[in-house]
Amino acid sequence: MMPVNKTTTIAYYTFREATQNQLFVLTLIGLVCLLGVAEFVGDLAISETRQFQISLLANIGRWFLVITVALFVITSMIREFNDKGCDLILSLPVSKPTYYFGKLLGYFLLGLVIALSLSVLMLLYADTQALMIWLISLVCEAVIVMALSMLCLFTFSNITIAFIATISFYMLSRSIDAIQLISVSPILETNTISQEFMTSLVNLIAFVLPDLSRFTRTEWLVYGVNIDEMGFVLVQTAIYLTLLVAAGLFDLSRKEF
Amino acid sequence: MKFYILNSISRERPVSVVPKWVMAILGIAIMAQLVFHANTTRLNIRETLIPEAPSQAALNVLSLGDEIGISKFIMLWLQGFDHQPGISIPFSRLDYDSLISWLDRVLQLDQDSHYALLSASRIYSEVPDTDKQRKILEFVYEKFLEKPDQRWVWMAHAVYVARHKVKDNQLALRYARQLRIHTTSSVVPNWARQLELFVYEDLGELETAQILLGGLIESGEITDENEINFLLSRLAINEEEPQKN
Repeated sequence: MMPVNKTTTIAYYTFREATQNQLFVLTLIGLVCLLGVAEFVGDLAISETRQFQISLLANIGRWFLVITVALFVITSMIREFNDKGCDLILSLPVSKPTYYFGKLLGYFLLGLVIALSLSVLMLLYADTQALMIWLISLVCEAVIVMALSMLCLFTFSNITIAFIATISFYMLSRSIDAIQLISVSPILETNTISQEFMTSLVNLIAFVLPDLSRFTRTEWLVYGVNIDEMGFVLVQTAIYLTLLVAAGLFDLSRKEF
Repeated sequence: MKFYILNSISRERPVSVVPKWVMAILGIAIMAQLVFHANTTRLNIRETLIPEAPSQAALNVLSLGDEIGISKFIMLWLQGFDHQPGISIPFSRLDYDSLISWLDRVLQLDQDSHYALLSASRIYSEVPDTDKQRKILEFVYEKFLEKPDQRWVWMAHAVYVARHKVKDNQLALRYARQLRIHTTSSVVPNWARQLELFVYEDLGELETAQILLGGLIESGEITDENEINFLLSRLAINEEEPQKN
């Protein structure tokens, strides 16, 4: 079935590119390897076997998804810019926002398929309800990474820099909570200007970062989940995605094609 | 290495070409993020439970070949447990078995670092719980035996803690003796190696202290004339004091 409007058409061809790049073959191989690792760990653990397996799958699976989508978004977009595919599309009666949303929707579908595949594997070890919530949170996390990757590419126009910036941002967002904790409560209260400056800087950074440490938590799968946690995840995703999309559109609007 | 620089899109148009609605949404989203963060920040204060440390092999794998780097991270993470914003968890509520297991891993990952032993002997030994103090001092003692000439400082501090904080003279004496026996005179200063002497003195066992001092002089470990005179005079004063009283 062919898509019916411009946004879905762009999304459709973006998604097709992923299938033709054998990205799903890579995903399948990755999942088989993950299954092997989970079973191996299951043999090693002398207690809490299921918890070990699910924790490992959740952790490695999340990193696999984030790195895969970030790399795919960046390389796919840069190839399109270099091949002048982007110029061609924008020479048609397609606006830049339509192009942007089409690409983002295509990448979102890709992320969704990978996340669903991972969840199917995890069904072997995890409780269904907790896994559903974990999956929604994972997709939210992935879509933030996708929009961020697009923004980094528009800003830096370079694969290496855009990827490093995306992953650094992601790691910082996941650990800012712990960094803040350490910075505001050192054992030595020296009260030096440098200490106060660093504490203020860390707090300032925390203000503009999404607190991803509260997303996709492995403890939900191991010890059960409180549905209230999802309120934070959904609202934070809505706000931050809007911010990233607006920033991406801002940069895209200023690009000279 | 070839970098794909996008010359074609590196040229930028003025900000005025950006649609007004994009600017408005960007502004609103930034404000929303600031407000949301301000209203939802909750530093994840952990309760007293320190998880059991993973095995050394697991940490080696997790370090990805950088054992020293991960040992520093673990140490920072560990010291964040007792001292957190809005809450100051007394050491007495920390699980010392788990704490010691983490300190042990940190030392195994970075054997030349003194940070873990400093924390053990100077910070975690300040707990007002003698059982926990004894545990942490025993840890310092065990680690001292692995590298006596490098870790003598922390053993010397353990003698002080045992003597003045735990108030267990026999324990202090045992540590002081081990400090003398296992260290090398050319590396470790004399005051540290003579701690046993001072503990005997404090215990009032002046005869034993004199015998020990004689042994130290005879073995050539104390050669400085002034130092010998000082130690002898201290013993003499202590011997006279009970008579005066």
